[in-house]
Amino acid sequence: MTDTTDTTESGLTVDELPRPGRFGDFGGRYVPEALVPALEQLDEARQKAAVDPEFQDELARLHATYTGRPSIITEVPRFAAHCGGARVVLKREDLNHTGSHKINNVLAQALLTKRMGKTRIIAETGAGQHGVATATAAALMGLECTVYMGKVDTERQALNVARMKILGAEVVAVEHGSATLKDAINEALRDWVTNVTTTHYAIGTVTGPHPFPEMVRDFHAIIGEEARAQVLELTGRLPDAVVACVGGGSNAMGIFHRFVPDTGVRLIGIEAGGEGVQSGRHAARFAADATPGVLHGAMSYLMQDTDGQTVESHSISAGLDYPSVGPEHAHLRDSGRAEYRYATDDAVMEAFRLLCRTEGIIPALESAHALVGAMEVGRELGPDGLVLVNLSGRGDKDMHTAAAYFGLVEEGTQS
Amino acid sequence: MSTTQATRLGEVLERCRAEGRAALVGYLPVGYPSVEGSIEAMKVLVEAGCDIVEVGVAYSDPVIDGPVNQEAMAAALAAGVRVDDVFTAVSAVRDAGAVPVVMTYWNLVLKRGVEAFAADLEAAGGAGLITPDLVPDEADDWLAASERHGLDRVFLVAPSSTPDRLEKVTSACRGFVYAASTMGVTGVRTSVDTDARTLVERVREVTDVPVCIGLGVSTREQAAEIAAYADGVIVGSALVRTLAGDGELSERLEALRSLTTELAQGVREGKR
Repeated sequence: MTDTTDTTESGLTVDELPRPGRFGDFGGRYVPEALVPALEQLDEARQKAAVDPEFQDELARLHATYTGRPSIITEVPRFAAHCGGARVVLKREDLNHTGSHKINNVLAQALLTKRMGKTRIIAETGAGQHGVATATAAALMGLECTVYMGKVDTERQALNVARMKILGAEVVAVEHGSATLKDAINEALRDWVTNVTTTHYAIGTVTGPHPFPEMVRDFHAIIGEEARAQVLELTGRLPDAVVACVGGGSNAMGIFHRFVPDTGVRLIGIEAGGEGVQSGRHAARFAADATPGVLHGAMSYLMQDTDGQTVESHSISAGLDYPSVGPEHAHLRDSGRAEYRYATDDAVMEAFRLLCRTEGIIPALESAHALVGAMEVGRELGPDGLVLVNLSGRGDKDMHTAAAYFGLVEEGTQS
Repeated sequence: MSTTQATRLGEVLERCRAEGRAALVGYLPVGYPSVEGSIEAMKVLVEAGCDIVEVGVAYSDPVIDGPVNQEAMAAALAAGVRVDDVFTAVSAVRDAGAVPVVMTYWNLVLKRGVEAFAADLEAAGGAGLITPDLVPDEADDWLAASERHGLDRVFLVAPSSTPDRLEKVTSACRGFVYAASTMGVTGVRTSVDTDARTLVERVREVTDVPVCIGLGVSTREQAAEIAAYADGVIVGSALVRTLAGDGELSERLEALRSLTTELAQGVREGKR
């Protein structure tokens, strides 16, 4: 899978140009034939929408009056004191309506759903952020909504289940397999293949069959567009590094995309190191010698055994607990344009507490992985460094986990 | 993509056609309830009248399978089935006198290597592959390997397939075209949609490759109904469900034998 072709100035290989849906060797469309017409319809609809002023205006209006865009940036000097003295700036996607970046993609896909004449939208969710965002968009636009969630996750994230239900969505607890995110996606795909004429499957990250990885990236690219201009205005220069957590990788692609042509800016993705790569209980696909394989319709790096069976991942943050990664990340990594590191559960919890204590901002555990990355990179850069971090979500949903980890709640008072 | 080239699946379907009937295609996953047990069960299918056995490969994420097959696959994996065991089952089916074709999710082929999988399948006596999550658009390596090893390629079409897609998919098929009777996953259904007949008619307009119908077939009556217009009737979940019943394996194998015998009668009753 090594790329031997010439690279353009943007760091992307030229051979991807004639192969839509491919990022180098990664991506593609590995799906049952029954879904191909729906994927072709979606691809056509999103390409039309991309050049349709009416669609763009509607989406911009929603972002301005509903999502709360542009999201602000916040410089965090007290936190940065723990990052080797480098300047650290957070892109505040946690302040979006519903509490994370997920709403950017979901509002756009819900608009497309209506344009395609479909009346029902389905989604998978791990921690519940994408499920809540989808249920929200469905309520706003009058769409029927079903969210698939692993049974284990419905128990871990009971509050988000209640949020989705009060918004009018049906929540289906998936008991097959490991009963987590991967199995929720399997079940959503089964629903889609059965109900594809009336139903759109709003995949929540930059994976899945073409056109999802490209389309979801484009709907999140506004994060990097805004942040690049905001950082330039604040500091007069581009950052040395842009850091984001990577599960499927949608918030990372969203903030990376605009910076890809800025070859002087390092793009750094932080995977979930779980209990450590040696332990086998992690979701650090790149660090742990994952190999190329196909899962959920896309070719990418995949945690798999010698037969090609998927190996279960682990992370303290349900949103990063996924055994594969978006195909464009695989390509950015193999082409050398982006680098990937990992943060262990323990380091993540320390960074989580540190941001709370130093800046009064409670981050999502997913986003706290990026904070660990910022601490490492800041120390490497020193006081002259400038690091932009995507704070992809807020941590209210994680208080149960945090309270248990730090012993903040007395025995017996927790649900 | 020649459709006139000799194919093992094509030969058996041609022979059935000459007998004035449809072929019976039976599916079981290797490793359920054990590797030996599944091979015994596949032999029962052959003895009771299956012309072709779809040798299924258990996979961790079977997105086009319903609950019956999912649970069988999960049990097979938990019991330690390996991809290697598939080739043992293929040889056993061939020795028992039917034509084995492997049905597998694509990542298991990719991981072994497309060329290596094809070579091992040919050596074991398999006729080819049915690939439920691989479309011809992504199948360059497999098209080439199947040519080198003389293997059949069965891709799926669905009621949602557009005319362009039917043309593209069937032109890549060799052996037969797998027509999904309805939109959805594998599983037993009380009736097989009229969509199935329409789809077969649409496929016949674009190709001479035989067409077999799958998804939802469980009874002799359904088999007879489909045999009237399709070249083959594929039965999967109904067989797996029978094998999954309570009681001793020997009793379940006898139940499997009775059901298969019924279905074999069904494919001979279709008015053609």
